Amino acid sequence: MDWEWFGLNERNLLSAATIIGIAALTNVACAVIGCYLILRRMSLLGDAIAHGVLPGLVVAFLLGGTLSLPVLFLGAVAVGVLTAALTQTLHRFGGVSEDASMGVVFTSLFALGVVLIKYHGPNIDLDPDCVLSGLLELADDNLVSLGGVEIPRGLVTVLPVLAINLAFIGIFWKELLVGSFDPAFAASLGFRPTLLHYVLMALVALTTVASFEQVGSILVIAMLVVPGATANLLVDRLGPMLVLAALCGALAAPLGFLLALWWDVNIAGAMTLVVGVMFLLAAFFSPKHGILTRLVRQGRLRVRILAEDILGMLFRAEESRPGQPVAVETLRQQLAGGPAFWLALRWLVRQGWIRRQDKQLWLLPAGLEHARGLIRSHRLWETFEVVELGRDAERVHDSAMRVEHFLSPSLQAEISATVGDVAKDPHGKGIPQTSLQTSQVPKPPGGELTEG
Amino acid sequence: MSYVTLLVLATTSLLGATAGVLGCFCVLRGRALVGDVLAHAALPGICLAFLVVGRRDLGAFVVGAFLAALAAVTSMALLRRYLRTKEDAILGIVLSVFFGLGIVLLSLIQKLPTGGAKAGLEVYLFGQAAGISRSDLLVILAVGALVGTAILLLYKELVLVTFDPSFARVQGWPVGWIDLVLMSLVATVTIIGLPAVGVVLMAALLIIPPAAARFWTDRLGRMIALAAIFGAGAGVLGTAISAGWIPILRTAEAHEAGLPTGPMIILSSTLFFLVSLTFAPRKGLISRVVRLLGLRLRTAREHLLRSLYEATEPMLPEVHPVSFEEIRRQLGWGRLFAQLVLLEARWRNWVQKENGHLILLPAGRKEAVRVVQAHRLWELYLVEQAGIAPDHVHRDADEMEHLLPPDYVARLAEKLRVAERLPPEADRIPASPHG
Repeated sequence: MDWEWFGLNERNLLSAATIIGIAALTNVACAVIGCYLILRRMSLLGDAIAHGVLPGLVVAFLLGGTLSLPVLFLGAVAVGVLTAALTQTLHRFGGVSEDASMGVVFTSLFALGVVLIKYHGPNIDLDPDCVLSGLLELADDNLVSLGGVEIPRGLVTVLPVLAINLAFIGIFWKELLVGSFDPAFAASLGFRPTLLHYVLMALVALTTVASFEQVGSILVIAMLVVPGATANLLVDRLGPMLVLAALCGALAAPLGFLLALWWDVNIAGAMTLVVGVMFLLAAFFSPKHGILTRLVRQGRLRVRILAEDILGMLFRAEESRPGQPVAVETLRQQLAGGPAFWLALRWLVRQGWIRRQDKQLWLLPAGLEHARGLIRSHRLWETFEVVELGRDAERVHDSAMRVEHFLSPSLQAEISATVGDVAKDPHGKGIPQTSLQTSQVPKPPGGELTEG
Repeated sequence: MSYVTLLVLATTSLLGATAGVLGCFCVLRGRALVGDVLAHAALPGICLAFLVVGRRDLGAFVVGAFLAALAAVTSMALLRRYLRTKEDAILGIVLSVFFGLGIVLLSLIQKLPTGGAKAGLEVYLFGQAAGISRSDLLVILAVGALVGTAILLLYKELVLVTFDPSFARVQGWPVGWIDLVLMSLVATVTIIGLPAVGVVLMAALLIIPPAAARFWTDRLGRMIALAAIFGAGAGVLGTAISAGWIPILRTAEAHEAGLPTGPMIILSSTLFFLVSLTFAPRKGLISRVVRLLGLRLRTAREHLLRSLYEATEPMLPEVHPVSFEEIRRQLGWGRLFAQLVLLEARWRNWVQKENGHLILLPAGRKEAVRVVQAHRLWELYLVEQAGIAPDHVHRDADEMEHLLPPDYVARLAEKLRVAERLPPEADRIPASPHG
């Protein structure tokens, strides 16, 4: 790739790599722990903690004097856990709904933090801008010396957090799995889900605090929720979901960085946008749960049903006036299908089931065979409703119109056996036999005994 | 009291009341954090408005913010409808991605030669109550009137959608549209409030007063009224504290800059919340603890009476003293608790204590008979009707004896007598099924 195009050269390539590396590690740390928040339906906890830790930061700041890392960490994590614990306490003992109690707790703590800052005025230099959008731009300038080697401070904070998160998930994999999906079952197995829950909350607090010092709270909130939600749309199992979420987070770092360089904008914001786009892509194109996939599936079902309805109507026309074609316009008006009607018609013609000529339709032999199966399904169901459910014969047509498309041949055989293999439906019309039906349907096992 | 302070007071209390009213529907609908999301999501709209207009213009900002919030509402509705993603994740996604876009746009603005937007973010986050002007008050008045009218007109629909959206859908109500109206109102109030009090406070005003009001009542109408009062009260109290009207909270240091109004309003509403949480009748913590302790004490008292009765049962109708220490150990009570229970029983004149021994007084005996009767009838019922082994029923009866109302006990006795399980002479107290 032509790095020059992004304004990169040998001199700043290293700093770019540092920024991307720190962001990627942070994103992964957030994304894996965020998966559990999503499963536990507490995705906004990151938002709550990121706001709620403010008084903790201020107090730590006042105690530690400068931005001394351990004190800052301790204070922030303590208040982060407090946010989670207070939310739980209000929810359980105050009877306040979970989201409302979260809202009460974090806004109150945040207000307290702001008041503390204003109260101590010039002693505290917390820039809201840097808290929100992060200091990623300066990540490579901020070095600490570790054993004589100068390494970026971001790595020192983020690497241990990532390691702790991964170790925790690895060790308590099964407990977290059961606890996230079925807390009651976890409790009955003796897994102590409440304790685990609080450890998880502590980790979220730790991750949030460690990360937002590096990348800003907005990216943390995004990374806790969006990669997990994206993965959740693509896979159904927890393991792959974690891996995919981590991948999304990691990938967002270089892509976001390049985007930020290209547009000359804030890096954390650009990474948030990238991961947002990833979510949108998954939302539309996920093979299982995507919007587009679902629309296509629904559309195909609609066309199939319309095609079957066309066959059914042609069959009924054939019954009353054999050999006569039916006008396309008549069908279209009765079925009111719109564009799907024409698709269904084209599909039927292509299957060789009907012939279309001069705005008229003829049922071909192959189509007739399928139409028989459908009408058989329809009339069997009508018979079933009247005979077995005792419904009025005048009222069964509409429900049969819906059910006819979904009766499998074996179910048809069972219904036929139940209603006593009648030859006429409640309206006195014949229930057609089809070669498809006889060849495809295995006889019910009880049938042979009675015959023999 | 200066004119400006009065203006701030009127504006914040009106804003608090309006947000409180709307917040009730959000909180009950399980969307308490929607205000937080919309307040954050407005940022890109404000930035875009700045980029388009090219200068700070309140009108343009409001329009931009409203459009952005509307986009957020729509995307939330679409995601909710078409994806399996859960509500909380949807809120998180919309909040962070919209805000991320806002940050990106903001960094673009900061590089513009016009510049000067640097201070914008801070105002946006924390609000600037001092900057409230007469026109702000008028706008809030108009929005308050709009919200009031909308809620009055759509009250039935909103109630239906809030409490039972599935039923509403089945009944053919356009749930999506009603939701959209509600969310648009929330967006309007949020955005109008943003310049005055900031993102987080707007979220707080939509959540805390309704949550506080919920403690006092189970009726929606009253909850709305209370939330409005709490919201307005928080506005008044917060402004008063920040203006230094309350002497204790007026410190020399803080007086220079003044405690920030927005956060003080949040903390005031938190105060209302805490008071409600603690003191509300029925749902408040104190009333719950009292109720729990009362139940605990009654249970203990009845256990004491039954133990006394059963210890002397063979000698009836003579009354014999029983060692208090023995009973205490038998019931597994701590000394302090036992003394407390005894104190209460003596105060009721049910039990007499002499030389460390307890004697059941006539009134206490009457009560003991009632408890023992309930206990044994329930045991008998479990053995005879539910087919449970006699040695398994005691524990269950131990809990049930305190909860069986008298008419229920009478019916149990009647039922068992009809089933000829209760000897007619054991009219008062049946023998224990496990001897």
